[in-house]
Order: sequence, then structure tokens, then C-alpha cells
Amino acid sequence: MFSESPLEGAEITASGVGSTMREVETGRDSRNLLPSGASGLETIGAHAWFGKHHAIEDVSLRFPKSSVTGLIGPSGCGKSTFLRLLNRMHEFIPGTAFAGQVLLDGRDIYAPEVNATEIRLKVGMVFQKPNPFPSMSIADNVLAGLRLARIKTADKYMLLEDCLVRAGLWKEVKDRLKASAGSLSGGQQQRLCIARALAVKPEVLLMDEPCSALDPGSTLRVEETIVQLSEAMTIIIVTHNMQQAARVSDYCAFFLSEGGPGRVVEAGLTSTIFTNPVDPRTADYVQGRFG
Amino acid sequence: MACASAGGVPTRDASPNLQSLFISWLPLVRFASIWPGNDRGVAVAVEQHDIEQREVVTKKPPVDKVLHAVVTSGALASLVILGSIAGFLLYRGFQIFSDMGFGFITGSTWEGTGGEGEFTKYGIAPMLVGSIVLSLIAVFVALPLSVGTALFVEFYAPPGLRRVLISILDLAAAIPSVIYGLWGLFVLRPLAIGWAEALNDHLGWFPLFRVEATFFDGSPFIGGLVLAVMISPIITSVAREVFSQTPPELIDGARALGGERWSAIRHIVLPFGRSGVIGGAMLGLGRALGETVAIYLVVSIVFKINLQILFTGTGNIASMIALKFGEASPYEVKALLASGFVLFVVTLIVNLIATAIVNNSARKAAK
Repeated sequence: MFSESPLEGAEITASGVGSTMREVETGRDSRNLLPSGASGLETIGAHAWFGKHHAIEDVSLRFPKSSVTGLIGPSGCGKSTFLRLLNRMHEFIPGTAFAGQVLLDGRDIYAPEVNATEIRLKVGMVFQKPNPFPSMSIADNVLAGLRLARIKTADKYMLLEDCLVRAGLWKEVKDRLKASAGSLSGGQQQRLCIARALAVKPEVLLMDEPCSALDPGSTLRVEETIVQLSEAMTIIIVTHNMQQAARVSDYCAFFLSEGGPGRVVEAGLTSTIFTNPVDPRTADYVQGRFG
Repeated sequence: MACASAGGVPTRDASPNLQSLFISWLPLVRFASIWPGNDRGVAVAVEQHDIEQREVVTKKPPVDKVLHAVVTSGALASLVILGSIAGFLLYRGFQIFSDMGFGFITGSTWEGTGGEGEFTKYGIAPMLVGSIVLSLIAVFVALPLSVGTALFVEFYAPPGLRRVLISILDLAAAIPSVIYGLWGLFVLRPLAIGWAEALNDHLGWFPLFRVEATFFDGSPFIGGLVLAVMISPIITSVAREVFSQTPPELIDGARALGGERWSAIRHIVLPFGRSGVIGGAMLGLGRALGETVAIYLVVSIVFKINLQILFTGTGNIASMIALKFGEASPYEVKALLASGFVLFVVTLIVNLIATAIVNNSARKAAK
């Protein structure tokens, strides 16, 4: 560890240079740019197709480390599709195609030598509908990733407690870890899914409308969890709830399709997007005039 | 009754939505209650010290009544038919049960003058054991084959091949068993004799593959293989169907956690489909237990308990009935009908066990 520290310093400088170059490179289209900072994840000119249907066009976004980025926009504008590009789950659907680059710590995750399964360990995902594994207990659900990806851990119990504490569920379930995951409420199930995603120690967490199936109380708990988690990881969250985007995100990207493929209209600090957007369409959307 | 309870359930699920609806309309409701002319609002204020529960009557429309009668009589008819089959077999074979006693189940001889008397002995133990051994071999061979095929068709085959395979499997399930019997007799049997020899040569130390003499033709092994081929399409069909019911979000969830396709199948799809696969296996077992023609053609029917599965000679109750029925005396016919009753009961027990297993694992999955 210690002997490698000079090298790490060198890497940081290198990636810093890289990001400046990128700013110059994409400067002509500043709308598609999130403010600088050490980027955990970055897309460059990302396109996605379902068969002949062009779903996403030329999305270049940088997601800074230790931040929450909200992806907002009306239904069908390609937010979820974009999210699934980031952990290589888009390709599960037959007939899909992709163009551009997705960089995780500066490395292209679509490079031919990259193992997509390993990428999914580093880029975790929480889905719209809570999907705990019904045949497993609460504890087994949290540790499911280890079994699925065949990862060995020295102290499973420590990891279990750590993940459940970070997901804000420990106090509620610590006395019934052996109970079935199906016995939990919807909000608890979603936090269980977050704990499950944390157990494989991802660097980035993708959340696809994680609160859309939850009641207001549970939504609040999940939002608190998101804010706490963002101290240590990059979080990208798709949401239809403007208040939620304003509450939890540091940055926002506004997607819009207008009949054609989905594009990013505007991206930047959440406060700017909500109070002083550049594009009138963004202003209309965040103020609830359409979508 | 069913209608009333079914009608009550959805409101529970919808209660959060309803609540929020009520809260948002609360000011309006309050406003309505102080409206002049809304005299009924007063009734709410009446003291409720003596609450009488009301009888809630669900009035069924005539169409419902007709449909109710049709499906009820259909269900009753199948029960009555099943009961009368059992009753017929028991009635006609009862004399045998009272004459032979428990020896009819445990005895291994089928001999006599053809009439009643102390020299006539009927015991079906060899055929009963044969039925069970043959079916177990069949399920043991067919189950892994079927689960593998179902997983391939559902998760690995390209869409075009998948469609073709599904129709071939459905077709295979519909082929009459006499065809399987003939194919088993002329194609599988010569091959299987070689396999049995090889098994005995290399794994003969294992008690299951031991033989007292090297006669491999017409053995339980060969009969079981034919049955396995016969019941595989059914088990595959059922297994594929339940695997395809796995919620896609669970598979997505597993893949998002860094699981490969095989991991997702092993930890998500197989546990999810377990009870269905067991059900399919029991369906296959039921068909194997009652199989007549294929066994009649392929197996050398010998009236002796044979637990050496590679050694020649066995039989099952169904093929024995078919074999002996033509030349049977009236008294022997009674014995054959009694055998039929035993087969009926065995099949019933197998199905009850299957139901218990399926329910049990379904309950475990739901917990």
C-alpha cells in the first residue's frame, strides 16, 4: 500500500490532465458537461439503439466522485436506457447496439478485453421495483452477490452488518436476519436491495427510480441513505420526482427526446438547473409545465 | 363466499393510495359536511354504544349461477368417475384380497389351477417392485436430461432454434408409447446391452451394478431407459414452463450483482422453479408407473423380484395385466383386477407425495 502511494499520486495528476483535455475537447457543447472534479464515471458520445430505434444520441456526461447526479426528464426519453449502458446491462436485450465510450476511472468498460461481469461488480444497480430474492433470507439476500460472483470474504457477519447499517436497515432487521426477505415492507425491501448492492463493494451505484414504488416515509429513509452513501461513492439516480432530485442530487442532467432519440438538453449543478437554467425547455420541465 | 372475499382483498393493497386521496380531499369533505342541506351528516354524530353488524349479501347474477353449476358439476363428475373406477376394481378384486390376505402384496408366486382352492397362490410383489424400480430408473435418468434441455431451450438457444425445439418437445410428448416401445426394442435395446456390460465391467464393485450372471437383455435398466426417453418430453415441457416464469427483475438483479448467466440460473432460476420441476418429475413418474406396451415389448417379463438393475428380467403391474389377461380364468381375472387396484393406490400415493413436496417447497419459497 505505502510503497504504491507515489504512483497513486501520479495517477491523480494524470487523470487531472485528462479531464482538462476533455473539457477543451467537448467545450463546443458545454451543455453536455457536468462540472469538473475527479470523475468516477464518464461517458463520451454515448449512443444506444434497440434494433433500428435510436434511443439515445450523443450523451457526454461526467459524474464526479463522491457526488449524486440526478437524471431527470419525461418518460421515454432514455434515462433508464442510459443507466443500463453504464453497467453493461443494455446488451442483455437482444438486438441492442451501442456507440461511444463509457470510462470508469479512465478505462473504457466496452473495450474488448474487459470482463462485463467484473464491471457490474464495480458499478452496482438498484432497480425501480424492489427485487429481493424471495427464496433467500434477509442475510442471504445481502450476501447474495458474494455467492453469485463467487467472492470469498473473511468475515461475512461483519460485512452483513456493515452493509445493512449503511443502507439504514440494520436496526429494523438485526433480530430477524434469518427471516424471508418477503416479510419486509416495500421500503425495507428497497433498502435491502441497496445493502445487497453494497456488499460487493461497488465504486458507482446506479439507481433507477428507486423510490417510485415506495410510500413517502420509506422514500425519506432511502433518500437519507443515498446522501450518506454519496460520501464514499459515485451515485447516479434516475427520478421523476423533481423534489427528490432537488433534495438528494449535487448535479442534474436533463434528458429530452422530442420525438427523436433522447439527448441531454442541459446538465450542471442542481441548484443552477432548478433556479437558473440556460435552456427554456429545462425551465419549463423543472417548473412542471410539461412532462 | 369466494366472490365476497376476493372482492375484499384489493382494497387492502390499495389502502396507501386511498389514504393519500382522502387526506388531499379532506378540506373539501369538511366543507361538504357543514353545507346547509346535508342533513345526513348529523347521523355521524349519533352515539355508537350498540353497534349491530349487518349481514352483507352478495347477489349473484344469473350468468354466474349457471357457470357455477357447470363448473361444479364438471368437478364433481371427475371425482365420481375416479371414485367409481376405484370402487369397481375393489369390488371385483375383493375376493382375492380376502382369500390371499396380505400375501397378495408380499407374495412372489403366481400359480394355481385357475380356480379357487388352496393350491392357487397369487402374489404381486415382483411386479410391484418392478413397477417402482423401472419408474425410479426412468425418473433418475430423465430428470437431469430434462432440466438441462429446459435450461438450454429457455436461456441458451437462439430464438429461432428455441421455437423449433419447443414444438419438437411438444410433439415428442404426444408420441404413442407403442412407438417408443418399438424404437426401444429395435434401436435402444442393442445399444443399451453394450452400455450395461460396460457399466458392469467398470462399476461392478458398486452394489447397484452387480449381476449374478452376465445376461443383460431385457433388464430393468433397459426398460427404465426407454421409459426415461418417453417421459423426458413431459418433464422438459413442465420445467421449461416454470423456468420461463422466473421474474426477469430477479435475473436482472442477479446479473447486476456480478453474477454470470450460470450463477443467475443456479441461484435464482433453479430455486424458483424447483417445485414445478418436482411436479413435472412426478407427472413423469406417474406415466412411467402405468406404462404397459413399452415395457411389454422391451423387458423380458419374469415373475421374480429383481433388484439387480442390469440383470435380465423384470416387469410391472400394467404389463403383467396385459400379458395374462387374454388366457385368464374368471378367478385369475379377479386377481388381475385386484392388481389394478394396487397400481391405482400406488399411483395415488405417488401423487399425494408429489403434491406434498410441491406445496412444501412452495411454502418455503413464499416465507
